[in-house]
Amino acid sequence: MAVEERIEQSPERAAEPSGTPDVRLERVTKRFDDVVAVDDLSLEIERGSFFALLGPSGCGKTTTLRMIGGFEEPSAGVIYLGDHEVSGTPPYKRDVNTVFQSYALFPHLSIFENVAFGLRRKGTRGGNLKGKVEEMLDLVQLSGYGRRKPRQLSGGQQQRVALARALVNSPRVLLLDEPLGALDLKLRKEMQLFIKRLQHDVGITFIHVTHDQEEAMTMADRIAVMNRGKIEQLGGPDDLYERPQTAFVAGFLGISNLLTGEVSGRDTVRLGDGTTIRVRADALDGRSGRVAVGIRPEKIRPDDQDPNALQGVVRERAYIGVSTQYIVETRYGNVTVVVLNDRPGSIPHSPGDHLTLSWDPEATFILDPMEEPA
Amino acid sequence: MSSIAVPRQRERNVLAAAFGFVRYHVLTVYSLLFFAYLLLPIAIVVVFSFNHPVGKFNFTWQGFTWDNWRYWDGIPGIRGAIILSLEIALIASVIATALGTAIALALVRYGFRGRATTNILIFLPLSTPEIVLGASLLTLFLNLNVVFGFWTILIAHIMFCISFAVVTVKARLVGFDRHLEEAAMDLGANEWTTFRKVTLPLTAPAILAALLLCFAISIDDFVVTYFNSGSSVTFPLFVWGAARIGAPPQVNVIGTAIFVVALTAMLANVVFQRRREVRA
Repeated sequence: MAVEERIEQSPERAAEPSGTPDVRLERVTKRFDDVVAVDDLSLEIERGSFFALLGPSGCGKTTTLRMIGGFEEPSAGVIYLGDHEVSGTPPYKRDVNTVFQSYALFPHLSIFENVAFGLRRKGTRGGNLKGKVEEMLDLVQLSGYGRRKPRQLSGGQQQRVALARALVNSPRVLLLDEPLGALDLKLRKEMQLFIKRLQHDVGITFIHVTHDQEEAMTMADRIAVMNRGKIEQLGGPDDLYERPQTAFVAGFLGISNLLTGEVSGRDTVRLGDGTTIRVRADALDGRSGRVAVGIRPEKIRPDDQDPNALQGVVRERAYIGVSTQYIVETRYGNVTVVVLNDRPGSIPHSPGDHLTLSWDPEATFILDPMEEPA
Repeated sequence: MSSIAVPRQRERNVLAAAFGFVRYHVLTVYSLLFFAYLLLPIAIVVVFSFNHPVGKFNFTWQGFTWDNWRYWDGIPGIRGAIILSLEIALIASVIATALGTAIALALVRYGFRGRATTNILIFLPLSTPEIVLGASLLTLFLNLNVVFGFWTILIAHIMFCISFAVVTVKARLVGFDRHLEEAAMDLGANEWTTFRKVTLPLTAPAILAALLLCFAISIDDFVVTYFNSGSSVTFPLFVWGAARIGAPPQVNVIGTAIFVVALTAMLANVVFQRRREVRA
């Protein structure tokens, strides 16, 4: 592909064995005074992947990114870029570029000079410089904007300049610090797909920090869900959604219904009143004692077609357009059910209706039980 | 009843109209008076620079002449005084702005022990009466056995200008997006290049403002200079001395010239800003 040829690999990078992860964090801790922002974190990011650090504000995801970029030094632990340890290396000597949340475009420089900034530092001059900058502006669909100043551009355009300014240096890794936070919803959706396609085209490793689970799932190949400075779970979007390992992950990535019970067999759990439900055997994985059984709301059907069934009364109904959400009161608490509105004109259930809910055992996941469901 | 009510009504209308007129124009009248109050002394300075005085005093209008402008340095000592003032103002404002910018950067950017104290100390010269500053500097210089003259004046001027420079530059730096510097370093610029290519250009307007402010404060300082000048004579000291034996119209000429230069600089700045906005 033409675009891939534009971004040349540095000889040093090309010489590395192909299995070397682009970024490796080894037991990295970052303390600010007495607050531990990142707590003994280890992480490997594969070359050419689109990686997301997902978590609520204050979970340490931005601090992790800033340590990779060189804006913060770890209090303990080591960071490798390829096979180079980069502790103590200033940002300008790291083969990494950043797209800042505020874009941080230089207001006194034209768009062309903003994009050329990194190349000029490396001594690129004349026609070579002009060619590279214009190619990059073309790539982010901003050719012809070179002479304008950043404040004359819209938010989405500024965002693309920030991307171009970082990517033109063909870094080993591109760091994106909540780059879409300032855009409105529609533009954000467009940019998500744009950046994903861009990453695919240029083949550079992207590390994306976000608190928006939908954004992370849309864009990333692999996601690390962070909470309190630690990684709760690392995996593909479907892994995290379908098979969350902790209540935090289950709660952070969408709604989940949790039923607490006692393991009663290889693939069965007995609920409080003696009802036995079937679950996935590999999810139970030989556990015993009390567990929480999780089911996503869209996996529950308002009929008795599936093996696991529960009786309940509709308490609330919310029409969302593409789907309708019901809150159904059962003996084990309220259960959220989402039904796709795929038939014209039918919203079949009203508050007060008695319902049978059923779901496939394959759709369940198992968590440690807890006092308050997330 | 109604026959009485009509004239009263009219009377009230007239009053209301008068009151309305005053209310409508009071701001205009007030503004005109204010500007007259502000500009009258300057106008008199300008007008009397063209006077042809009879005696020593340039207080009454005698007749128009260009002579004062043509022979602006016709009074012995005035040329030297102006040159000294310009030299001092130029050097003092450059040094004070350079030091002030560095201090402002340190105060805004770096947490260090004694930052809060420094912040307060910077304001001290601004709030101390000049006469106290001048007198205490005199004591200091006397104790140090320094020869009074150019250098003592320069040191004194740099001293009181620094605070103005710090305050001016600091105001700009407080609103400065740190991410811009991080972005520059991220793109391969080391600390010095980052300062040169990003920090400095973006702070330049404040630095220029500080420079002009320091220059203006230095060139017309009398009190501190008077204490620490020894036998050197700056322009304000010259005017002071001349006024006691009769102010020559050349003083008005220099005053007018300074005013015109300042006004031109201001207008140029306005025009420059406008054009920048139009281009943007």
